[in-house]
Amino acid sequence: MLHPILFFVFATLCVAAAVNLLAQKHPINSALSLIVVMVSLSVLYLLLGAEFVAAVQVIVYAGAIMVLFIFVIMLLNAGEEEHTHGSRVALLLGLPAVSLFAGLMVWVLGRRPGGAHLGEFLGPTKEIAHLLFRDFLLPFEVTSVLILIAIMGAVVLARREP
Amino acid sequence: MDWTTYILVSVIKIVITLVVLLTAVAYTVLLERKLVARIQNRWGPTRVGPFGLLQPLADGLKFILKEDLVPANVYKPLFIAAPMMSMAVALMSIAVIPIGESVTLPWLGVKTPLQITDVNIGLLFLLGVGSLSVYGIALAGWSSNSKYPLLGSLRASAQMVSYELSLGVALIGVVLIAGTLSLREIVDAQSGAWLGLVPKWNIFRGQIVGFFVFLTAAFAETNRIPFDLPESETELVAGYHTEYSSMKFAMFFIAEYTHMVTVGCVATLLFFGGWHGPSFGPEILRALLPVFWFVLKVFLFLFLYIWIRGTLPRFRYDQLMAFGWKFLLPLAIANVLVTGLAVALGA
Repeated sequence: MLHPILFFVFATLCVAAAVNLLAQKHPINSALSLIVVMVSLSVLYLLLGAEFVAAVQVIVYAGAIMVLFIFVIMLLNAGEEEHTHGSRVALLLGLPAVSLFAGLMVWVLGRRPGGAHLGEFLGPTKEIAHLLFRDFLLPFEVTSVLILIAIMGAVVLARREP
Repeated sequence: MDWTTYILVSVIKIVITLVVLLTAVAYTVLLERKLVARIQNRWGPTRVGPFGLLQPLADGLKFILKEDLVPANVYKPLFIAAPMMSMAVALMSIAVIPIGESVTLPWLGVKTPLQITDVNIGLLFLLGVGSLSVYGIALAGWSSNSKYPLLGSLRASAQMVSYELSLGVALIGVVLIAGTLSLREIVDAQSGAWLGLVPKWNIFRGQIVGFFVFLTAAFAETNRIPFDLPESETELVAGYHTEYSSMKFAMFFIAEYTHMVTVGCVATLLFFGGWHGPSFGPEILRALLPVFWFVLKVFLFLFLYIWIRGTLPRFRYDQLMAFGWKFLLPLAIANVLVTGLAVALGA
């Protein structure tokens, strides 16, 4: 009973915030809309039963990455942006792509309404921990080293020559 | 339990929790004024009510009746939204905090835990909500369009992002010992005592380093002295809330003190055995004592907060950053490694 209501509320919120993200002129409003998108996505994950993914979505995206976005906008004191008159490439490529996507959606939804269902793996925290730290330990650690190298690269690039 | 009863029970619990929490917040402010006054050899508020006990009421009235100024050059939508965000996020985290075992509600006959909702990722929920609390402060400073608030909120963002890391890593030790992220199960894992004397609280199970890292990082997260650089009066007027007045200012105030209460609750739950304590006497006393122990422990943490405020001077900004990254974080990681080794050897 409660699940469909919550789904429609947060799905609408998510899409509305995503549209608002594009429509806003001020970068800080766009960044805030993106936070709303992230948080509503995490509620959608929660409704699917993936509570760990939902929490990590909020902690990492809304709590860390978006804070950095806002921090940079504040630090640069970025003002309102001017809207351009649109580019010809976007018109030529974008319109067919959008109509193709819309047609595809209509076709899929019309063919088999409500045909989607969840897989077996629901993603409780313990299962994810077993996957990350036992079955896929090496790829997981290699990924962290990769991120560390990227950070060090950024530090080296940003360093001022004495 | 059908869903109408579920909603009714939830609403009852939410209303009770909010009323108790906001009253506690108001009286924490009074406690702070009284204690700091005594530390500085003064009396503190004494005029309103006996011992100044009605002072929070007078303060609240004053906040409501003051003129609500909005300066001319602020970015209005965010200037108004920022204090609301701050307070909403602060109040949200209390939803997952358990304060005792379950009770059966009279009239409805429903057995319900003493907690608004029991989620099995309670700890992650707290960290997630805590990580959102930076937005209220950051946006308040930015939308004020004035130099001191901007400096204050820049400091706040950098400080909170840095110390959040140590805060999260410090809690991993507790999670390793308990093997769960549910706050209720973490407390249950701390029941009992060795030789009937030393309670099996996490602080006595080798988490003392984790506790101090957590406490230090939590002080920084709540922007309290000695980490209150975002609002340091001596250099930044009042930091991020310089341009705020009336109820909007009160919302930041409520948010800060709510965060203090939450940190007290979390420290009690994770390191000091939650509501566990000696239980004796008739049945009614046995039912009430756990809640009393919980409240007592949280009170001690609030006392500690105020005591430290009355004792320590403020850090310099570079000291704050160096302390967070070069000392606290390595210590937290070392705590995780040692606890992990101990758990692995014990298992």
